[in-house]
Amino acid sequence: MGVSLPDPGQGLFYGLLEPNEEVVIEEMARKMLTSPNATLFPGPLLLWAWNDHAVEKAKATLEIAAQIPEVMVIPMPDYRPKYPKIDPEEVINPNHPNLTIWGNKIEACIFIGVHCHYANLTLKMIRAGTNCCTMAICAEQGHEDAMLTIRDSDTLKIKRVAQIFKRVREEMGIKLPENGENVRFTGTQSKVHGGKTHTNPMAFAPTPGGTGSAAMFGHSAEHMKREG
Amino acid sequence: MSETEVKTNPQGDPVTSVAVPKADRKSDPHGEAKRQRVVTPEYMFHEAPRTKEFITGSEAAKEAIRRSNVDLAIAYPITPQSETMQLVGVLYGEGYVKEYYRGEEEVGVMAAIAGGSRAGVRCYTATAGPGTLRGLEGIASWPGHRLPVVAMFTCRVVNAPLAIQPDNIEVSYLLNCGMIVFHAENQQDMFDFTMAGFTISEKNDVTLPVGVCCDGFFVTHARGYVRMQDRGIKLPPREAWRGAVPVLDAENPPARLSRDAPVQKSNFMAYNIHAVWQQEVWAAVERSRKYIDRYMGGLLTAENVDDAEVIIIASGSAAAQSREAVRLCKEKGMKVGLIKVRSLRPFPTKELRQLCGKAKLIVIPEFNYVGWLAKEVATAIYGFSNAKIIGGPRVYGGQSMPVELIVDEVESGVSGKKSTNVAMSQIMGGVVNADEVAHFMRSI
Repeated sequence: MGVSLPDPGQGLFYGLLEPNEEVVIEEMARKMLTSPNATLFPGPLLLWAWNDHAVEKAKATLEIAAQIPEVMVIPMPDYRPKYPKIDPEEVINPNHPNLTIWGNKIEACIFIGVHCHYANLTLKMIRAGTNCCTMAICAEQGHEDAMLTIRDSDTLKIKRVAQIFKRVREEMGIKLPENGENVRFTGTQSKVHGGKTHTNPMAFAPTPGGTGSAAMFGHSAEHMKREG
Repeated sequence: MSETEVKTNPQGDPVTSVAVPKADRKSDPHGEAKRQRVVTPEYMFHEAPRTKEFITGSEAAKEAIRRSNVDLAIAYPITPQSETMQLVGVLYGEGYVKEYYRGEEEVGVMAAIAGGSRAGVRCYTATAGPGTLRGLEGIASWPGHRLPVVAMFTCRVVNAPLAIQPDNIEVSYLLNCGMIVFHAENQQDMFDFTMAGFTISEKNDVTLPVGVCCDGFFVTHARGYVRMQDRGIKLPPREAWRGAVPVLDAENPPARLSRDAPVQKSNFMAYNIHAVWQQEVWAAVERSRKYIDRYMGGLLTAENVDDAEVIIIASGSAAAQSREAVRLCKEKGMKVGLIKVRSLRPFPTKELRQLCGKAKLIVIPEFNYVGWLAKEVATAIYGFSNAKIIGGPRVYGGQSMPVELIVDEVESGVSGKKSTNVAMSQIMGGVVNADEVAHFMRSI
């Protein structure tokens, strides 16, 4: 009855069970490499240094970002509704995710590191209200509301996803910028970073000494105060 | 009687003592609990050797809690649930339950259970009848907050005038909360459904409360045979860090007690998020099907339904009465099948459509006035079966159900005679005579 979630090793390919998850990952790569304003949405399970495992997964996710030219990275740092109005160039929120999708004209996105309940809410809303291709790299059982999803995504699997993205990109003849700055800042992110338009995602990789330091990522005390 | 001596019933079967085992003062009263060994759910449910005991439903629930690694149990005694929670209190004394207290009333209990579950611990409570309805505001909020909990509902009369007798009408109030609802036929079901409930409830893609219902007194206070695993093993602890929602961060106040949603905002987005939230809760109910299959062996059980033209569909104690009715029918030369519905939410729609396709008569006996199971079955098989559906017999207010009542309905359904026990308005299906029903309605 309805769409069933994949078993271990499987993926969900536009609502159908795909026995080989690698096929799903390859399609994810093609969508992210060819769709306008492709975006990665990392969630709290990656954005906060709960433990060493979370830090390692965050680093591995940056490796995926490093394989997609002009990709945007917009965080979902928490699940609180943003009042009085969300800045779609700053965050995405599970209570009104379509605003971020519409605001940035995003046509393909990957959610990673979002608690499953909130990922499902978000995916349902985006699917019902936008033309964005939704993808989810899930640490648990996957998401039936994502058009493409894989499950059991630990650090090793996320690194494997990055490698498959690299292979597909090379097969498609798509090149990365020579200076390594392939991630495109949103308008708000650009303002925070002194007007820069692009960045190298690996420069954001957390280091043991700097883990949890907002200042390390260029956030001033004023910004942090505003974000509450 | 010495401590090692085992109390038995007249048939010689061991009877579990309600009293706390006597311990010498020097030994650790929690010693046995501390020595319990964690095993996988797969081993617990499918492989672990079992021994048979002759115990009450309340004792069966107690023994299930003993093996379920429960962190928090909160009691507010109401008949007939009171015995169960008293016995869980005994487990607390023995160290099997980590925290236990008596609440002020059901609203407080259900709210505190919500807090415990949000904080990431395994929670258990039980209530009954008016207690269920008093606690229903809290209970109905558990699924939306995505709170894994197991709650037992030992059903009794809820309607005025006050009575404490068996009647499972309260199940109908639980069916649309978004929680998973099982209906136990007997003491064995109480034991199995409770333990499986914890495992299913906490699966990441489920993360929902489980209600284990039974018909009060018939199950709670009566004894039956229960096959149980060794008390030296228990389920793994709850892994709240793997949940579908983050746990409440009690160390960094102010803790946010409700799940964040744009509540009290009158705009499209607020409506949209709540609509999606409800869709997700019911999607989670659907996802529990595979775990019910895995750990409980299915949403229903079917006996003798292959090529049976007559099928009795029942849940709870009505299933036990129906089984005896099937035997009596067999003596009379009638081939009758029995479907026992174990899971009411999710409801075994697909299974019933497959099993009832060839049936010509379906009889649905119930222990309540409204006939909630008959409505569920009729909705599920509409368009998939042409059977005449007799929504009865129904007993309520504490009445027992003589098996002859069920046999009468089978016989009258087969022969075409008018039933004396079931109103014509309770008869549904493709062969209903509209004129007869209209005449009946005019005669009211």
